[in-house]
Amino acid sequence: MMKALKGFALPVLLLVLWQIWATVAGIHSDTLAAPVDIAVAFVKGFSDGTILSATGMTLTAAAGGLLIGAGLGIVSGFVFGLLPPLSRLSRVTVEVLRPVPAVAILPIALLVFGFGYAMEMAIIAFACFFPVMLLTESAIRQITPRLMEVARVMRLTATQRTFKIVFPAVLPRLFLALRLAAGIALIVSVTVEISANPQGLGYSLMMAGQSLRPADMFAILFWIGLIGWALNWVLVRTELKLFPFHALRRAAE
Amino acid sequence: MMRPINLLWLAASFLVTLALLALWQWIANHGYVSKVFLPGPDRAFAALTRDYSSGKLFTEVGQTVLRMALGWLVASAIGIGLGAAIGISPFARTWIAPTFEFIRPLPASAIAPVAIVFLGMTDNMILLLIAFGSVWPMLLTTIHGFSNVHPRLDEVARVLRLNRFERVYKIALPAAMPDILGGLRLGLTIALILAVVGEMITVQGGLGSRILLAARGFRAPDIFAGVIMLGLIGLATNVALTALERRLLRWQPAPAT
Repeated sequence: MMKALKGFALPVLLLVLWQIWATVAGIHSDTLAAPVDIAVAFVKGFSDGTILSATGMTLTAAAGGLLIGAGLGIVSGFVFGLLPPLSRLSRVTVEVLRPVPAVAILPIALLVFGFGYAMEMAIIAFACFFPVMLLTESAIRQITPRLMEVARVMRLTATQRTFKIVFPAVLPRLFLALRLAAGIALIVSVTVEISANPQGLGYSLMMAGQSLRPADMFAILFWIGLIGWALNWVLVRTELKLFPFHALRRAAE
Repeated sequence: MMRPINLLWLAASFLVTLALLALWQWIANHGYVSKVFLPGPDRAFAALTRDYSSGKLFTEVGQTVLRMALGWLVASAIGIGLGAAIGISPFARTWIAPTFEFIRPLPASAIAPVAIVFLGMTDNMILLLIAFGSVWPMLLTTIHGFSNVHPRLDEVARVLRLNRFERVYKIALPAAMPDILGGLRLGLTIALILAVVGEMITVQGGLGSRILLAARGFRAPDIFAGVIMLGLIGLATNVALTALERRLLRWQPAPAT
């Protein structure tokens, strides 16, 4: 507890110094705002609903893209993991496509879908697909061979083997993959909104900066950071709750 | 050395990729997908060779790679230097490191609007964006690496009466190396992404601006040409850093698999 409080000392100190400096120097700037003004802008943005509606757009796009990308990633990860020859045959294709930065396909998505949710979700799905697929595949590869032997001895059918042995064994690592992908989805959604798509938090942030409203800009920036932090916190907690053994083992490594 | 059977698989895998390319060409030729969205690989490669012979390709790839490399180098210097300083000092670890944990979840591109307000739509703003975004993995992995030096190694350092500098340089740095290299690789991936994002926003030249402008002008072959080059850059940097990692970590026993 004490240690956590010490962690807050530096940010609070910096904020106080920033406020003092702003008050003493009396800044009326197009680029900087005092913490108090930012807090006011933050409250105002919430009370008139602008921040909330932008948040809804960003999170909808992120969730939709995540669902598509991670869903496809899990399915192909399972296929590749259970059928190694198929995985070896597509190795070159995967290795060639994987390093393409997700934002690079933004122009293609823009051509195909135009502005809006579809284009944003397509890019998020592309960004989430490869990490989830690779993690799922390696999770299946790492199932202890003994478990598969047990399945054979018990004469389980392919379906039974998938649901009774494979699925429970890979579930913890699947959740880890989803957690990483959720972080990616949020980052990519904000990025796409900043660079092209005129909706959501990224766009509000860009507009606040462009129209010289620094207080609004920093308020939204703070809020985006808070969402990212909260998302990670919730997912780590959930992971600890669902798979305490795996999460602890990984933390110890 | 690769076993012949593995080589055979690799060749087969190449053939699959070629078959997919042929499929793409076939779909484009028959117009199953509108040509506006999906030019055949032939037209994408034609755009590539056209820009190659006019020298435009080289300029644009050069701009993007230079930005990526510069931003990444700045971030590496700051990340490793600051990370080492924080990692070896328990004081800094309790008081300073948590602040970074607060900033880290912020999507790096979110500071682009702030950087634009301060620096305008300039080259420096792209560099700042890249450096800011790619510094986190390096900073955090370096802190982690330096603060998790095995206690036994610390004892060795004490027995050998190493001074503080020697202890950092001879004991802590090699021990932290795997973590640092992992951070460097992640950082470079992020640097490329942010270089593209920065170029898209500012339209200051480079592959990022090029593909966005091509999208606005509905020049699909140019987009695909640009995306192919970006994929190649990503592939090349990844291969280079993996090779570097293997070379620098030769002394380590191979990880059990």
